[in-house]
Amino acid sequence: MLEKALKGGPKYWSWIFFLLLIIGAGFVVYVNQLQEGLTVTGLSRDVSWGFYIAQFTYLVGLAASGVMIVLPYYFHHYKKFKGMVIMGEFMAIAAVVMCLGFIIVDIGQPQRMLNIIFHPTPNSILFWDMIVLNGYLLLNVVIGWTCLESERQRVKPPKWIRPLAYTSIVWAFSIHTVTAFLYAGLPGRHYWLTAILAARFLASAFCAGPAILLLVVFITRKVTAYDPGKAAINTLTKIITYAMLVNVFFFLLEVFTAFYSNIPGHTHSLAYLFVGSHGHTELVPWMWTATVFAFISLALLVPPKLRDNQKLLPWALILLVIATWIDKGLALLIGGLTPNPFNEITTYWPTGKELMISMMVYALGALTLTILYKIATDIKRDLGELVEPE
Amino acid sequence: MKQSRRNFLKFAGLSAAGLCLAPTAAALASGGGGHGKAHAVVNANSKHAKRWAMVIDTRKLNTDEAINALAEVCHHIHNVPTIPGKQDIKWLWEGTYSETFPNQTNNFPSEELEKRKFPLLCNHCETPSCVRVCPTKATFKRADGIVAMDYHRCIGCRYCMAACPFGARSFNFMDPRLHLDMEKINVKFPTRMRGVVEKCNFCVERLAVGEMPACVEKSSGAMTFGDLQDPDSNVRKVLRENFTIRRNPAAGTEPGVYYII
Ligand code: SF4
Ligand code: SF4
Repeated sequence: MLEKALKGGPKYWSWIFFLLLIIGAGFVVYVNQLQEGLTVTGLSRDVSWGFYIAQFTYLVGLAASGVMIVLPYYFHHYKKFKGMVIMGEFMAIAAVVMCLGFIIVDIGQPQRMLNIIFHPTPNSILFWDMIVLNGYLLLNVVIGWTCLESERQRVKPPKWIRPLAYTSIVWAFSIHTVTAFLYAGLPGRHYWLTAILAARFLASAFCAGPAILLLVVFITRKVTAYDPGKAAINTLTKIITYAMLVNVFFFLLEVFTAFYSNIPGHTHSLAYLFVGSHGHTELVPWMWTATVFAFISLALLVPPKLRDNQKLLPWALILLVIATWIDKGLALLIGGLTPNPFNEITTYWPTGKELMISMMVYALGALTLTILYKIATDIKRDLGELVEPE
Repeated sequence: MKQSRRNFLKFAGLSAAGLCLAPTAAALASGGGGHGKAHAVVNANSKHAKRWAMVIDTRKLNTDEAINALAEVCHHIHNVPTIPGKQDIKWLWEGTYSETFPNQTNNFPSEELEKRKFPLLCNHCETPSCVRVCPTKATFKRADGIVAMDYHRCIGCRYCMAACPFGARSFNFMDPRLHLDMEKINVKFPTRMRGVVEKCNFCVERLAVGEMPACVEKSSGAMTFGDLQDPDSNVRKVLRENFTIRRNPAAGTEPGVYYII
């Protein structure tokens, strides 16, 4: 089926070329990072994880989100999601590819990476994260590819796919839970040290992930005439809305616990993020942007009239994605490491090089996604499920 | 790489074995003599304990100058560079009372306490969170309680830095040799490469040849180093006679460094 990715119009090829260009440019910077070390980043002794790991955390959510389509489809026989299942699975593949990419660029000695496998350490959550992420990648590659191939052959997917699909549903929850455990199990990091961190991760994944998926599907619909159907879009939007409500609710629980208890450690990070402390206010405008965007997106999603308005929907989703990205792809990491164990503030901001390398990983994900979606939509077109765009 | 680690483990194992067998020194001397390695990992005079610990008398040791002098010795013998900015490497450094004990600050501290500086270093915790999270066992706890690093195995994921509640770990963001005077380095101790984490090692290399940690030696009696599990040891004696506190006990790591206030 891969040959489908090699045939395409000029638009397709210029997009691919554009992505390759970004990957190439980012790679040059990455080589520079390999030569000089992570000193090219804005990281420090106090804020030892930053933009890379934050992107990794955010994208694990995107990977897990496909389950919001696969679960209703397999567990509740919600047939309207049939056209989207493969899109969710392929999105998961691209997301995990980016997750692994971000881990690799964050490691100080990448050539020793396999030490995690050579010296398995079950007491480290990172060990389990490696297992669940790679397992999830494998599951989605096998399931997605087999389903698409059988669709192309116009036969029913083989029987063994079902148990695998069920496994992948449970597995999707595990990848985000384990990633939350990376943070939630650390003493002295109060912003992360909360029992509902895994629940918060899942809630934000289940709103942000499908929102990104839906946006990508809208673009795909524009360029290929692939259409998941109105009913499917409406249902997924409802799921996004509920997940976002839960996400915001969970965050407010954290705020209550911190400020009503008034325990200093618990309030410090939140105070630093939302009002600044010791005269440092770098993240304050970001946090309030996220807050405002979150509430506007909810205002556009909660009333059924506005939610079903296809013109407004993309905007609501974009606001939601920005809000959740600021919360999880930026503030969660910085807030967790600030203030440091000495109750002092060391500021962190990603450098240009860090951003370039991040662009490379994102472009790599986009390339993976483009190729997979190209194959999927071409096959659907061959099957007569799509009409050619004029 | 394998070799040095094996020696290391052998050393740890021998130390443990030596403690069980009677005359410790003799047992080790015969064990150490066998493998004839160039570097003196196992020494007839090496110091042993079931659980190494340190007590710092901050009544005697509390000024910038005094603590910096200790840091200088430590950093020199371990080839720790001084890097301007926030990517510096620190094995031993100083902090105020509120930096050292941020959860136990007082709104009206005594003037004297407010002026005091406190030496900071890795606490070689009893249940170290840095060891718990390390995915490669590059950070490990030895039988004698010292939390050690295998620089050759560390992948630089920096999980241990997020996990240590004391900010005791440093990462080599850049090649540390760029900031070392290579003419003046201590050739008996390795330099590190970029991309790995490091921290105070309680001077294991000195204990192995029968010497006390460099800072303890330099502190003119303000620091006591010894076996926490031996009721007759010098640290236990000091702990019995003085009021001490440890940093951030709420984190549950059971630090092995005690401060006399
Ligand atoms: S002080 Fe930090 S680095 Fe040292 S043993 Fe304890 S947790 Fe590990
Ligand atoms: S940075 Fe090195 S020592 Fe620290 S957790 Fe990772 S592998 Fe272990």
